[in-house]
Amino acid sequence: MPPQDPDDRVSALLAHADDNLVLAQRLGEWIASAPELEIDIALGNIALDHLGVARALYTHAGDLQGEGRGEDDLALGREERDYLNLLLVEQPNGDFARTMVRQLFFDAYQTPLWEDLSASDAPVLAGIAAKAAKETAYHLQYSSSWVIRLGDGTEESHRRAQDAVGALWRFTSELTEDDRASYRDEWERLVGAVLGEAKLEVPEDPYQRTGGRHGYHTEHLGYLLAEMQWMQRSYPEMKW
Amino acid sequence: MTTPEEKFQALIDAEEKVEPPDWMPEGYRKNLIRQIAQHAHSEIIGMQPEGNWISRAPTLHRKAILMAKVQDEAGHGLYLYSAAETLGVKRDEMQELLHQGKHKYSSIFNYPTLSWADMGAIGWLVDGAAITNQVMLTRCSYGPYARAMVRICKEESFHQRQGYEILIRLCQGTSEQKEMAQDALDRWWWPSLMMFGPHDSESTHTEQSMEWKIKRVSNDDLRQQFVDMTVPQAEYLGLEIPDPELRWNPERGHYDFGEIDWEEFWRVVKGNGPMNRERLEHKVRAWEEGTWVREAAAAHAAKKAARAA
Repeated sequence: MPPQDPDDRVSALLAHADDNLVLAQRLGEWIASAPELEIDIALGNIALDHLGVARALYTHAGDLQGEGRGEDDLALGREERDYLNLLLVEQPNGDFARTMVRQLFFDAYQTPLWEDLSASDAPVLAGIAAKAAKETAYHLQYSSSWVIRLGDGTEESHRRAQDAVGALWRFTSELTEDDRASYRDEWERLVGAVLGEAKLEVPEDPYQRTGGRHGYHTEHLGYLLAEMQWMQRSYPEMKW
Repeated sequence: MTTPEEKFQALIDAEEKVEPPDWMPEGYRKNLIRQIAQHAHSEIIGMQPEGNWISRAPTLHRKAILMAKVQDEAGHGLYLYSAAETLGVKRDEMQELLHQGKHKYSSIFNYPTLSWADMGAIGWLVDGAAITNQVMLTRCSYGPYARAMVRICKEESFHQRQGYEILIRLCQGTSEQKEMAQDALDRWWWPSLMMFGPHDSESTHTEQSMEWKIKRVSNDDLRQQFVDMTVPQAEYLGLEIPDPELRWNPERGHYDFGEIDWEEFWRVVKGNGPMNRERLEHKVRAWEEGTWVREAAAAHAAKKAARAA
């Protein structure tokens, strides 16, 4: 096998970092607004886990690039079209069902992802992945338990959870396209088990929307970045 | 044969802790519930002004710290509500009283956070004032409250340092950053002094609370402690405290300082500060919008229990 193109390795790291940062930013929006104090704390903790993974990956990507760019340069200095995150994670929080279904779909993707990458022969990446794998196991448990509760709770919660599955399903094939195709079976197994227990149906509409990994986003990402990057852009070159 | 009253008084006199199963005067219980609930509510409402800057924190490092800090506050709220529950009141009841405006929270959170420097000022001044107040509570006569305060004070002291560190960075930065820091101090200084409450002569709860050793130091003494501690810190930053009457008094061995605008103090306490309505509306909206989630969790738990039976 030919040696990997360092640029591709950097792009791959940035893509995973972007996933985690964008999701952390979304989860952070729940803080002080969750349905219950315990949920508020849990969502904050999950957001912090994703932010931590993103920071480690950005730092590593910057080191590999070797152009002196640090985590903040990469996270807060890149444009919307350069962001490589999956479309799923940039979708707005919506109600709590929408957020939990989004988390379930993403957690079920990160489960095989980290398992795979923790066996990588690149030691820094393998280390980051091994740590993230432990966190993802907890995230998946959390999102699964809530999707089951909501799907098999009240009539209203079932309707909201089903709406969420319907709305987010179109962003799921992107999770396991291209070089991530080998994660598909595991993803389907994890998600299928939860949806079954939650009495939720997969939509029949086959429509799928992709493009995040190539910087072709939904319109939501621009606003998220505008807010997140505002300080760095308003006060360039300052230390905080 | 000692009466329950004598036993209670003996505990207080001996500097021992009153524990949940012990007999206690109804006034002691009520006073504690009021104070602990108010403290818990303050932690919860206090998540909003800082949560306001999570999405815009200037670096990922600052974002992580701020998120963790706001989570700490939620955690403080949780164990304070738990401490209050040992006195026979439920968390939901206390929240309901907060939502109805019948329970108060610290007025400081009725001021808006308008720049990143406010995250520094809140940590330095607001958490600093809170610590000044709370260190004495670790010696409070009610065991569960005193023990909760030990942990809370440790975390608060970390919060204070991180706030001060934000300001050090700004004050060593560009003139724009330093102006941001000064503006924050100008806006947060007086409200922070108000956190210690009315003058001792005006304070309705102080005397009884001190007799029961719930409170150990008076409002005015705590305020003086805070000013004495904070002025040198402002000097180190190179910031000016917005009080023309502030000066060292060598005879007293303390700083003299100007009079608080008590009209503003009471206006905010009574609900007419800059953000009172927004804070409460936000809290009530989040709670109401979460109703279906809590109902779903309860319904699912009931179904599971029925299936298991």
